[in-house]
Amino acid sequence: MKESTKPIYNKLVISGIILIIILLMQPLEVYIFLKDIVILFPKGFIGLEQRNLLILIQALMLLFIVPIYILTFVFSWWYRADNDKSEYDPHLVDHKIAEFVWWGLPFVMTVLVCIITYFKTHELDPYKPIVSDKKTMEIEAVALQWRWLFIYPEEQIATINYIQFPKDTPIRFKITADAPMNAFWIPRLGGMIYAMPGMTTQLNLIADETGEFRGSSANISGTGFADMTFVAKASTQEEYDEWVASVKQSDQSLDIPVYREIAKPSEDTSVQLYQLKEDDLFHEIVMKFMKPESKI
Amino acid sequence: MTDSLIVHHTPEPHPDTGRPDPHQDYFSMRFIGFWVYLMTDCILFTTLFITYAVLHTNTFGGPSGKDLFELKLAFGETMALLFSSVTCGLAVLAAVHQRLRASLVWLGVTITLGLSFLTMELWEFHHFYSMGHSWRESAFLSSFFTLVGTHGLHITFGLTWAGVMVGQLLYHGLTVDTFRRLVLFSLFWHFLDLIWIFIFTFVYLMGVI
Amino acid sequence: MFGNLTLEAFQHDFVQTMAVMGGVVNGVLLIALITYLKKWKWLWNEWITTVDHKKIGIMYIVVVLIMFLKGFADAMLMRIQQATAAGATHPFLGSEHFQEIFSAHGATMIFFVAMGFMFGIMNLIIPLQIGARDVAFPFLNAVSFWLFTAGGMLILISLAVGHFSVSGWLSYPPLSGVEYSPNEGVDYWAWSIQISGIGSTFSGINFLVTILKMRCPGMTLMKMPIFVWSSLCAMVLVIFAFPILTATVGMLMLDRYLGMHFFTAGGGGNPMLYFNLIWAWGHPEVYILILPAFGIFSEVVPTFSEKRLFGYASMVWAMIVIAVLSFLVWLHHFFTMGASPNVNAFFGIMTMLVAIPTGVKIFNWLFTKYRGKVHFTSPMLWFFSFVLNFSVAGMTGILLAAPPVDFQVHNSLFLVAHFHGMVIGGVLFGFFAGFTYWFPKYTGFFIDERLNRMAFFCWFAGLLLAFMPLYMLGFMGATRRLDHYDPSTGWQPLFIIAALGGVIIFFGALIQFLGLFWSIYKRKENRDTTGGNPWNGRTLEWATHSPPPIYNFAFIPTVNQLDPLWADNPPKEEKREYQDIHLPEDTPVAFYIGTLCMILGFAFTWQIHWLGILCFAGILGLIIAHLSEKEKHMTITAEEVRKIEESYTKRQQTA
Repeated sequence: MKESTKPIYNKLVISGIILIIILLMQPLEVYIFLKDIVILFPKGFIGLEQRNLLILIQALMLLFIVPIYILTFVFSWWYRADNDKSEYDPHLVDHKIAEFVWWGLPFVMTVLVCIITYFKTHELDPYKPIVSDKKTMEIEAVALQWRWLFIYPEEQIATINYIQFPKDTPIRFKITADAPMNAFWIPRLGGMIYAMPGMTTQLNLIADETGEFRGSSANISGTGFADMTFVAKASTQEEYDEWVASVKQSDQSLDIPVYREIAKPSEDTSVQLYQLKEDDLFHEIVMKFMKPESKI
Repeated sequence: MTDSLIVHHTPEPHPDTGRPDPHQDYFSMRFIGFWVYLMTDCILFTTLFITYAVLHTNTFGGPSGKDLFELKLAFGETMALLFSSVTCGLAVLAAVHQRLRASLVWLGVTITLGLSFLTMELWEFHHFYSMGHSWRESAFLSSFFTLVGTHGLHITFGLTWAGVMVGQLLYHGLTVDTFRRLVLFSLFWHFLDLIWIFIFTFVYLMGVI
Repeated sequence: MFGNLTLEAFQHDFVQTMAVMGGVVNGVLLIALITYLKKWKWLWNEWITTVDHKKIGIMYIVVVLIMFLKGFADAMLMRIQQATAAGATHPFLGSEHFQEIFSAHGATMIFFVAMGFMFGIMNLIIPLQIGARDVAFPFLNAVSFWLFTAGGMLILISLAVGHFSVSGWLSYPPLSGVEYSPNEGVDYWAWSIQISGIGSTFSGINFLVTILKMRCPGMTLMKMPIFVWSSLCAMVLVIFAFPILTATVGMLMLDRYLGMHFFTAGGGGNPMLYFNLIWAWGHPEVYILILPAFGIFSEVVPTFSEKRLFGYASMVWAMIVIAVLSFLVWLHHFFTMGASPNVNAFFGIMTMLVAIPTGVKIFNWLFTKYRGKVHFTSPMLWFFSFVLNFSVAGMTGILLAAPPVDFQVHNSLFLVAHFHGMVIGGVLFGFFAGFTYWFPKYTGFFIDERLNRMAFFCWFAGLLLAFMPLYMLGFMGATRRLDHYDPSTGWQPLFIIAALGGVIIFFGALIQFLGLFWSIYKRKENRDTTGGNPWNGRTLEWATHSPPPIYNFAFIPTVNQLDPLWADNPPKEEKREYQDIHLPEDTPVAFYIGTLCMILGFAFTWQIHWLGILCFAGILGLIIAHLSEKEKHMTITAEEVRKIEESYTKRQQTA
């Protein structure tokens, strides 16, 4: 058979060096970009639970991957064609115990991961309310083209591309869209959920620290999709109350005609603050797609 | 009798079955290939059925199946198609017995019944349209027109095929090739009849209940 | 008269205009070259009208190489854009252009590079491996190829005339509906996918019947080469999955053309239904791609370990389990749609179960090397890289399969890194290994080994460098498909590293490309002198000449065990007389049907209705005319067979 002219160890060593460089890059990246790795260092309880699950499954999977890597290198090296010391057994094509091991052990490991996944999926259901001694706050989010409208039904205010809430308070987001399918995501606090026209989804999040967090859309919805970011600020209760009071003084009011204007496709992503003059605006937006005659 | 129209070149037994190897046997390979194609068509219809199942309650303020469907018409269509399947089978049987004239007659009856099915279906579509209920009105109507319409399109292709078969049988008579094509046509036609049974049951009957 | 087609459709931004110019210049040069060499008649008689599976396989690979150039150019443009677009006021590409590029990149790579490569290699190898003279339906095979090419050409035409879709490679509604995407983009996508999808369905039927009915005497199912088993499983998946695609894209087209309400935001439409249907096709699709790649590795590893495949039966059952499971996992592509935790958990668990048979396969391959004699010829290098890359990508797949984790990384660059690791590290490397392995069979000479090794190292390093940063970017909250971002996110350095990785891959691909031409130039030195079995292979394709004669085998072989060429007790060969061999006749009808389909797709994209209807009538007429003909054959007389066989022996002796 046509033989390669360079010794095998060249190839294995070069491959090994490349791999080690890539491997070392990972902790280096974590060290350099620490403050920006929002998913590994979340600031909300939900995000924290999700990250812990990620690390757990990752660790269990490494129990597979590391042996596979070792075997790949060792077998390639030891059983190379010009190694006379290695045993050559062309009839070794079957081994019941070996098969049992590598059907069986992965099966056991996978079942373990599956059980963990089952329980964690129920625990971290986005619709599940967060248990806390503080009262749950409600914010309604509407994905438009190409910005986010937020409605505070209790406080009777509305904003574009900016929300503020007190820390340690569970927030229930009710989400819809008056645009193609979007996704609502504040990675520092927890996972995302789709925002779909004519439908309502829910997401329960909580912030454990104060700070300004980046939020964005996570599903392409047209030309201005990349600009659909918003700021989610967690503040103290006093700061929050002050902020709500100041928005209530805003000279802009949000009612149905104003809504029709802002729902038109626009690349203006500036923060806007409104007094809410239309009760049930969120409901009307959802119903817009549900029957031929709607208010909007 | 059938063997005379299906040519076998089978020197060695097939490894799996021990029976004659259909290597180079056009009839059985075409037959199996067409059967597999019908299965893919079945999955296409399944997708349309699933879509109908999900969307048939979305009437968006417009009429539902209960308001629109006339069971008498649907029953008439079912009878036409069922009988056409019988006559199609009779056409193939006549061909097996090498009776060309009988085969042509039964094929002609099949085409007539098929055309009457199509006429009734087109009348029903036109009737809905003239009442102002087109497929643009709601998801229910979109999925109804698409499911039933796709079946109707298949029937149209089938009738075209049957027409071409009549021409071929008149011109060439019963040969290995025309017999094979007639059998494949009958497979197609029976398949369409089966799909219609499902449409009649799940769309019309269950829509009116 | 021309529907929506106006002169404005030919206006593009600078980058696109340059690309179109490049394409046009290359096309003109190619036509000039063929004219200069006076090869038009040869091209028509030998290639365009052929129904021979070997030539069709080679044509598939030629089209794949062209589509790969486009898809890869798209990828480099995306990497440049994202490396430079941190808060840029004048970005390299506008938003719309960038969105066109990633949509075209995905559609091109999946439908026209990966699927095309797969069907190409299957065409080349399966009839040889089962000891047959051709596939079950040679004319249908040609039609499948020309439909595939028609779809590919539509995507290339969309570069020059008008714009391609901006809604991603799967065109999710309502964005892809007529309300939010009124222009021709999604229509280009839809017609391209429909036409090539029908071609794929036909290929699925063809290869299924071929494998089930045309195996040579003695070759029972459990004595088939394992590549044939992997193709059988993949073809079953094609047959079940592709009709779903046809129906779903068809319904999207009905929404767009006839104002229906399947997936619209209002009117009672249900966009979530599209997600479910398209992924009910989409998930089996990725297994359709990976199973033949697994099959190729199962051929390569034993040959280059001088040892039979470890655990043949186990490998077969693992593939069957993977194929069955692939239909039960589709919802994992949209865990974030808000289904109940029971539904999400079910699909997450089913997805994780696929890891078990996949891991079994990896262990079986590794233990084929155990106590073997391992040669590191380049097909084996591709396998080496596959194990390392695919394992990591598969591991991230398990992470994505846990719904709570997926909520954080869905649609982020973490996901992009995962599937590129699977598709490049698994599918593409498998096809590279197969291409290199079977190249001497089809040409009679080897690909330059040194250049191939250099290309391998570039791909290995480039793949890791281009996609490992993307995992971290996903963790940093970077969504996919962003054409610009704020520098305060801290993403730019990692995008720059990823772009560097892309450049290294570019050099790898360039070396492969040039290496191909260099190998052809140096073919006399690199000739295979072993008479058809340079690697000491075990399966039947190595029992015929390189390149194979048009009839594949002068005598249909008989086998009595797995790996027939390594048999200890082969069946006794009796002395046989050469016989006349009947093969199907070439025909231009397949080419005509493909061309008419392409024009039909173009016509309906631009709403030039009269042209589309005319093409449809033409296609129908051609089908009826062709299927009404008597079966035509060409005969190779016994005397001609003898002459051909003797010329091979003579060539072997003089080498």
